[in-house]
Amino acid sequence: MNWFQSFLVSSIGQKIIMSLTGIFLMLFLVVHLVGNLQLLHDDGGQAFNLYTYFMTHNPLIKTVSYLLYITVLIHAIQGILITRKNQASAGGMNRYVKKSTYTTTLANRYMAFWGILIFIFLVIHLKDFWYVMKFTSDLEMVTYPGETHEVKNLYQRVAVEFKELWVVILYVVCMVALAFHLAHGFWSAFQTIGASHPKYLRLLKTTGKIFAFLIPLGFALIPVLFYLFK
Amino acid sequence: MKINLKVWRQKNENTAGKMVDYSVNEVSPDMSILEMVDVLNDDLIRKGDDPIAFDHDCREGICGMCSMVVDGRPHGPQHGATTCQLYMRNYKDGDTIYLEPFRAHAFPVVKDLVVNRGAFDRIIAAGGFISVSTGQAQDANNLTVEKAVAERAMDVAACIGCGACVAACPNGSAMLFVSAKVSHLNQLPQGKPEASRRAINMVKQMDAEGFGRCSNVGACEAECPKEISITNIARLNREYLKAVFTSTEE
Amino acid sequence: MKLDSKIPEGHMSQKWENYKEHARLVNPANKRKLDIIVIGTGLAGASAAATLAELGYKVKAFCFQDSPRRAHSIAAQGGINSAKNYKNDGDSVYRLFYDTVKGGDFRSREANVHRLAEVSLNIIDQCTAQGVPFAREYGGLLDNRSFGGAQVSRTFYARGQTGQQLLLGAYQALERQIGLGNVKMYNRHEMLDIVTIDGKARGIIAKDLISGKLERHFGHAVLLCSGGYGNVFFLSTNAMGSNVTAAWRAYKRGAYFGNPCYTQIHPTCIPVSGEYQSKLTLMSESLRNDGRVWVPKKKEDCGKHPNEIKEEDRDYYLERKYPSFGNLCPRDIASRAAKEVCDEGRGVSASGRAVYLDFADAINRLGLDVVKARYGELFPMYQNITGHDPLKQPMMIYPAVHYTMGGLWVDYELMTSVPGLYALGEANFSDHGANRLGASALMQGLADGYFVIPYTIGNYLAGEIFTKAIPTDHPAFEEAEKQVRDRLNKLMNAKGDTPVDEYHKRLGKIMWEKCGMARHAEGLKEARKEIQELRTEYWKNVRVPGDINEFNPELDKAMRVADFMELGELMVMDALNRNESCGGHFRVEYQDNGEAKRNDEEYSYVAAWEFKGDNTEPELHKETLNFEEVQLAVRSYK
Repeated sequence: MNWFQSFLVSSIGQKIIMSLTGIFLMLFLVVHLVGNLQLLHDDGGQAFNLYTYFMTHNPLIKTVSYLLYITVLIHAIQGILITRKNQASAGGMNRYVKKSTYTTTLANRYMAFWGILIFIFLVIHLKDFWYVMKFTSDLEMVTYPGETHEVKNLYQRVAVEFKELWVVILYVVCMVALAFHLAHGFWSAFQTIGASHPKYLRLLKTTGKIFAFLIPLGFALIPVLFYLFK
Repeated sequence: MKINLKVWRQKNENTAGKMVDYSVNEVSPDMSILEMVDVLNDDLIRKGDDPIAFDHDCREGICGMCSMVVDGRPHGPQHGATTCQLYMRNYKDGDTIYLEPFRAHAFPVVKDLVVNRGAFDRIIAAGGFISVSTGQAQDANNLTVEKAVAERAMDVAACIGCGACVAACPNGSAMLFVSAKVSHLNQLPQGKPEASRRAINMVKQMDAEGFGRCSNVGACEAECPKEISITNIARLNREYLKAVFTSTEE
Repeated sequence: MKLDSKIPEGHMSQKWENYKEHARLVNPANKRKLDIIVIGTGLAGASAAATLAELGYKVKAFCFQDSPRRAHSIAAQGGINSAKNYKNDGDSVYRLFYDTVKGGDFRSREANVHRLAEVSLNIIDQCTAQGVPFAREYGGLLDNRSFGGAQVSRTFYARGQTGQQLLLGAYQALERQIGLGNVKMYNRHEMLDIVTIDGKARGIIAKDLISGKLERHFGHAVLLCSGGYGNVFFLSTNAMGSNVTAAWRAYKRGAYFGNPCYTQIHPTCIPVSGEYQSKLTLMSESLRNDGRVWVPKKKEDCGKHPNEIKEEDRDYYLERKYPSFGNLCPRDIASRAAKEVCDEGRGVSASGRAVYLDFADAINRLGLDVVKARYGELFPMYQNITGHDPLKQPMMIYPAVHYTMGGLWVDYELMTSVPGLYALGEANFSDHGANRLGASALMQGLADGYFVIPYTIGNYLAGEIFTKAIPTDHPAFEEAEKQVRDRLNKLMNAKGDTPVDEYHKRLGKIMWEKCGMARHAEGLKEARKEIQELRTEYWKNVRVPGDINEFNPELDKAMRVADFMELGELMVMDALNRNESCGGHFRVEYQDNGEAKRNDEEYSYVAAWEFKGDNTEPELHKETLNFEEVQLAVRSYK
């Protein structure tokens, strides 16, 4: 193995991959939320549909989106590998007869569990919107004034989906999972790449908590608002 | 007072173990928990039973030999203290206490509550030192060390190598231990010349021993009898990254 | 055999230089062929093993703990002396030398002490280079404090964990050599016998404590760095595993035991709270800077809560007896005074064996915050152990066994009377005379390991380069292993009904009461008889559970206690032989109104005892101490 391969399979290297992919995914969450908030414009979906058209046709963004798919897969697979390795290192699931949860939190104890929930959600979510958008012609086409091309009306699809109660519940539950995942993941990502210092530790942790609260809240609000008011 | 105990008994590394119930009468609040086990062992020996094996030596919190998990927590419920410093006045009559060995893949059980922590020595041997042979040193005051740096180095040098961090970590990771030694030596000017080599070699040995990957849970820091901070793990990550990407060490 | 201390020629300050310039050397190619066995990995053992391996010798190191880093040197708190004179306060090698000889009550060998003071300079350099985080000043230079009544500030320290940091430095140096393959480390191994062939030490029999198997190891030289024997008293500040076995086995193979009766009792320890007590915890001596020691004037008051006893009913006995030094008088004196008042029936606590150490005055004078800050870690530690808050009521303290100045007799080269067998650190008798000064134990351990043995061992091994490694099926190994096996079997087969600890406690009680802080001829004679009886009973009636061929801590303990039982008798004999009071040895018959009365005319010698057989009296050899540099004087602290 050369030095870089050794780095990639080392314990710290593996964690740094988790950290870097995690940070990238958190950035994506911010962008995605900003886009989704277009759904709340009271314009019959124009802003949102134009936004989705832009996201699916800009060459730079298309390139980044492939990077995103790979990142999600690496983050998930690496996460599973690390979790399995760690369970073995700790000496199995039932290492202590008397269990103490004193030093752990709901967030950090079940990181992998939250991750799996998020992954399942992702599959459903992609099937419902991304797949329909990219690989089918199920969506109606609309043209907006001032635009030269037709765009797919994803907004309509969203509006229909979010009238289903079970979908709304699924989304909200999964956003809770995301909140837990981020509550530990945010500061953990910075700690792993070494960007943690006693002076800024509290700031970092607090920022992480706020991030973990606001982002999933934003995502969860959309289906709830649609269900109740649209 | 009377204390009930549930103790992990295991004859040796290759046999299965199980929890066994005991009770100790007339426990004095002034006893340490290890002295209570002494009393129990005295009783077991007189009855012709096998006494409970447990590691202990200095009994004043500095040698790092004592190593049990008390009610699911390495070194018991007290902060910043080892098992030998846990006194029975923290318990009341009729309490039940669970005693189990430090558990981790890299710490095989020797007998009962005794485990083998040789992995820690091998990690130190891989790089936890400054390569200066006897007689090579210059006058101690030829080298100045910023007071704050010396203090920070001392904070981590206080590690007693007990392994509670590994026993507490849900991942069985030894990052707090390794980061303490790397932080101690890499921060000091004396340790700089081999800082990269140290970080790479110690991490390599840590991985080879089968310790887990740190997921920043913080259980290590909470259970460390010397209260070593998890920010040292961030420093180790930095030192390691720096070593991998900027030095010629492999 | 006549004792030859091999003190080099020349003026005191030139002896070590002379020695080094003329000692024989071993060339690097030959060093690779020479095996050295090191027993114990404390300051002396770890530093010696690392340094000898750096020089190119093949080293095997043994410790009974699970890692070399656990040796009890780790528990030393205060600091390490060095005559660096960084404070510009008039310190020098000579002054450190003088203070150590005087502090030892003029019962140490001058040449050894002078060498110790000389190499104290190198120790600080070496440890700093290793990364030991000594306390520093804002300018980045090393800080010092004064310690143990010295008039200069020469003590280097790393918070209250100096021993730990120095040991970790030596341990890391040792691990480096292990990693390089120059040292083979045997953890959880206990040395149970020395193998001698043609009068020279040639190896050891060790027990793998995990499997119980006996192993034979050959060495061209064997270094005993196995620490002191304070645990003969059962209760001491030593670690539970600290033992005399290595040194005692050496004694039984012909190494003389020097001054076994010299024991240091530390005045400020937490008192015994009950029968179950397993060890005693030291509270730093610095507490006496602000604490006032007292007991009630009247016996009737002893049961009262201390805060209810009126000022005029308290006896601040140290201030009364020693007006000029008061609460700061030396360790041996403070310890004996505590014993006296308790013997008078004025001791406090349930057992009546404790005195108060009161901070009320200091709190009034300095304020609560200052006192709290000054003793930041000590007060919570005391409260954790005893359940009482020293800020609200006086601490209770009592003396406890802390260090043993006696040990295997060694010459200037640290070689025992068996050629090729060396003793380093607390295991030898050499540098502290009858009393050790604070912050000198760490200095001696490291001096022996880093800077003395690497020079002196070459002088012997230069003559051994033609000796090939002796196969361990040699009859001497067979015989030694058989003896060890017989002892193990005998203990296992006693099949009595009493656990080892009970005998250890009984031995400790005899030693503490009759050969402890104050000794007298009658008591010592009784003690000897009682120890003999106890020993006989022990071998008949001890119960050791389990098997030989398994991990069996009770069996290991039983072997150690068996040796303590024999050592105890020798200590008593030595104490009985020494008809004087000096340092840690106080004979009540020899005193001037409570002060130790030395007898320089008759007892200015090292008592070196030679083993003559199990049922034969040991033979006393005397090494006369000649003082060339230091004038003998009476220690007075009135």
